[in-house]
Amino acid sequence: MTQTLAASSVLPSQQTGRVGALSAVIFLVLALVPFGAAFGPESYVLGLFTRVMVFAVAALALDFICGYGGLVSFGHAAFVGIGAYAVGILGAHGITETLVSLPAAMLTSAIFAYLTGTVCLRTKSVYFIMITLAFGQMAYFIAGSLALYGGDDGLTVRLRSTLLGFPILQNDRAFYYFVLFSLFVVYFVFRVIVYSRFGRVFRGARENPTRMATLGFDVFRFQRVGYVISGAVGGLSGFLLANATEFVSPAYMSWQRSGELIIMILLGGLGTLHGAIIGAAAYLLIEEALSGITEQWKLIFGPLLVLIVLFARGGLLGLADRIRGKLGRD
Amino acid sequence: MSTGLVVVQILNGLQFGVLLFLIAAGLTLVFGVMDFINLAHGVQYMLGAYLAVAFYTLTGNFLIALVLALAVALVFGLLLEFLVFRHLYDRDHLEQVIATFGIIIFLNQAVKTIWGAAPLTLPIPEFFSGSIALMPGLLYPVWRLVIIASGLAIGLLLYILVGHTRVGMLVRAGATNARMVSALGVDIHRLFMIVFGFGTMLAAFAGAMIAPILSVEPGMGDTVLILAFVVIVIGGIGSMRGAFLAALLIGLVDTLGRSFAIDILRLVMPPSPARTVGPAIASMLIYVLMALVLYFRPAGLFPARGR
Amino acid sequence: MYKKLALIGAIMGLSATAAGAQDKLKVGVIATLSGPPAVLGQQLRNGFQLAIKNLGGKLGGREVEVVVEDDELKPDVAVNKAKALVDRTKVDFVVGPIFSNMLIAIMKPVTDAGVILISPNAGTSNFAGKECNPNFFVTSYQNDQNHEVMGKYAQDAAIKKVFLMAPNYQAGKDAIAGFKRYFKGEIADEVYVPLGQLDYSAELTKIAAASPDGIFVFLPGGMGVNFVKQFRQAGLADKIKFLSAFTVDESTLPAQKEAALGFFGGANWAPNLDNPQNKKFVADYEKEYNAVPATYAFQAYDAALLIDGALKLTKGNTSDKDALRAALMKANFTSLRGPFKFNINHYPIQDFYQVKVAQRADGKFETQIDKKVFAGYSDPYAKDCPMK
Repeated sequence: MTQTLAASSVLPSQQTGRVGALSAVIFLVLALVPFGAAFGPESYVLGLFTRVMVFAVAALALDFICGYGGLVSFGHAAFVGIGAYAVGILGAHGITETLVSLPAAMLTSAIFAYLTGTVCLRTKSVYFIMITLAFGQMAYFIAGSLALYGGDDGLTVRLRSTLLGFPILQNDRAFYYFVLFSLFVVYFVFRVIVYSRFGRVFRGARENPTRMATLGFDVFRFQRVGYVISGAVGGLSGFLLANATEFVSPAYMSWQRSGELIIMILLGGLGTLHGAIIGAAAYLLIEEALSGITEQWKLIFGPLLVLIVLFARGGLLGLADRIRGKLGRD
Repeated sequence: MSTGLVVVQILNGLQFGVLLFLIAAGLTLVFGVMDFINLAHGVQYMLGAYLAVAFYTLTGNFLIALVLALAVALVFGLLLEFLVFRHLYDRDHLEQVIATFGIIIFLNQAVKTIWGAAPLTLPIPEFFSGSIALMPGLLYPVWRLVIIASGLAIGLLLYILVGHTRVGMLVRAGATNARMVSALGVDIHRLFMIVFGFGTMLAAFAGAMIAPILSVEPGMGDTVLILAFVVIVIGGIGSMRGAFLAALLIGLVDTLGRSFAIDILRLVMPPSPARTVGPAIASMLIYVLMALVLYFRPAGLFPARGR
Repeated sequence: MYKKLALIGAIMGLSATAAGAQDKLKVGVIATLSGPPAVLGQQLRNGFQLAIKNLGGKLGGREVEVVVEDDELKPDVAVNKAKALVDRTKVDFVVGPIFSNMLIAIMKPVTDAGVILISPNAGTSNFAGKECNPNFFVTSYQNDQNHEVMGKYAQDAAIKKVFLMAPNYQAGKDAIAGFKRYFKGEIADEVYVPLGQLDYSAELTKIAAASPDGIFVFLPGGMGVNFVKQFRQAGLADKIKFLSAFTVDESTLPAQKEAALGFFGGANWAPNLDNPQNKKFVADYEKEYNAVPATYAFQAYDAALLIDGALKLTKGNTSDKDALRAALMKANFTSLRGPFKFNINHYPIQDFYQVKVAQRADGKFETQIDKKVFAGYSDPYAKDCPMK
């Protein structure tokens, strides 16, 4: 079952060019947003698209293990939350330097991923989904019990992180490009990993773990490394989220959030990387647009998700492909 | 901690467990036989509660309201099956998740639009209201005992149905290898409809029965859904026996944890941090339990063979 | 991709048309309108809109446009919506939210932008004390106060032994602390339950075993509905005096009904508070929304009156922020609760009552004033506020 889903991850060479073009368009548009925003409600538009990119980073992390590794994590919001809390807690103690809090956020999440991954990766399919949920929930309840750091209420991040001591990120536009840069680096690194030798084994482990094991690869160790990388990137997204909202809360780790991440990568098309970015953008922008139209927007949003599944296999990109295919034939 | 207190808490745990079982039973059947992850199972529970309230307002009789609510819930469930779910059986699990999640979003909002956001309520049937003294000074509400009894009765009924009838045999066979059952000439679609309808009714029944105790409000099915998933995963997907035992286990662990976590922590730390840490640990217990079970038995306590 | 560009275009088109009608006063309302606590947010929104309607669609003589946003009870969504109101809609005031954690989240984006934030419900201790904010006004209370009312009442009524219960988060701990500030009798036990807990069988058994004379609970929304019903079902209501805050009010009584009869709460207002402006408000609200208003609605109504009164003083001018703040500070309106003025921390100085659940002649349930507990009461945090 999982095999069919992510088959698009192994791209025929003639498609690689198209992917390159597509991702170039994505990043070009994102880079141009601030110029457009200057003509309108600037900080709102910047804020909205910053949010889109922050969730895109988290979605990329999930797409990497889910779309390429076949490991559906239902607790990925925990990594985001842990990263955010690293910023919040360090900030509460007066440490706001990016060069400290960013590595701290990624490292804490990576450690959490290593520990939980060691347990989770023993299980498969639905059981893996549920055990990751279990650890996500544990992290959620622990965050809610941190009385010193706001408990269930969460805590305000008084100042955005500084860079080498300079408060450059206070500027919304500078912060926007910082997030965009992070997104680009994450995307690029994942692209490289996916096509590396490690990536081939990682993908192979999804399609045929027995074969990989027979070839002499320790599947469990490869999967755990993948899981840890994904967790660290989740922590990065948490670092960005805490700085974007200037607020940290256990709500960032709720299972609903993990579910939203899964829906984002499915929307964009699983196992494509750029699909994760498109999915995050589609999910958040559709939500934003619909909620602007009516308070009852969920009456539209719910059926929309159903229709996308029923009629757009392979997510929005899949739909676009098929439409293009049809047009080409006509 | 008196023994009386412990006894009552065990009853409370059983009642919660039975409720979870009613929801998890349908979920594990649908999941096990049809290989279909139905997140919308939780909203069927919510719908059961809302319909019971609506029909009670019309008729003023709990029993009639219950029967009508089950009937309408069944029709609605089959309608959903026909319109949406049927087209998802051969899809990937994740696609099922996203579509049924869409249905949750829609129905939670629809319920709010129709009945309002304010919580609704349903009185306990006159005959079962009040409480009885289990022990001097310890009262226990009769309705909770009714829930326990009806849950156990349904458990027994399911045991007989699944274990000793032809349909039950097909269901068990389906949980092990659906393709084989289909190849043997069984109308798998009809079997799916029966299983699905039955699961829907059980969830609606749970919702209607709990409505006199809990407030009926939009989104009430969401937390229960997650707990039901915990139950079926611990029990082993597709296993009715596993769901039953796991439901009771979760019910007991959660209730006893909430009752005694702070008292136990007080033995090892001062009362003030114990009060803060206690509830967090109590909320976490069932997830810790699930992680432990899956660590030692990666396919749950009673894995259906052949999966 | 075209979609994205189209969206940006749409957003910009929207703001362009908005700029054309600049002379309209814009007020943003942020409330929780989805999920189980939605009913509280609806009361807030309804109360505010009713006031606008009664004022002829104008505040301080200026036409008003009200933009309502749902914070979904998610802090990052709340921040996003707050930024949208401040930056896209260019509001002059933000009214909201319901929940304290949402208030903490939106405080910075709203007040940093120089926009006035008026809270018609949440009033956390940090913003009453050290972090008091010149752009922040509260028409409700400081969060601890309703609990203090109950503590004072229990102390005065010489209730000997009390069992305390609240959700396990900051507001819950503040509630218990507020109660204990005035109650000096014996505490049977102090229990914190997870936020959103629905079944209280375990706790009820504990309460029965502890056999206290009274119980004080802070269980807002659906939690309160469930607890009150189960408390009554367990047969405890006849033996134990039920004291509470935000647990039995007009937002929960339609579900609690008879189960809550005779239960007590602490409040700064009740629907039967005897003054002409309140009588009109309650009658209008019931006619418009077919429900009895709760404190959320009345405090939002007062928030609209507050803006109206201040703008009358500034002649509709909102650009001179110093003058606007000074005008708001004067509280130039007749509050539905009667006497009302602002303390130096922009929190109210007002009376507090013990209220009791009763059934009206028309069959509906409401809280009714039982006894005045505090007169002209201000919160203890104001002394830490650096504002003068």
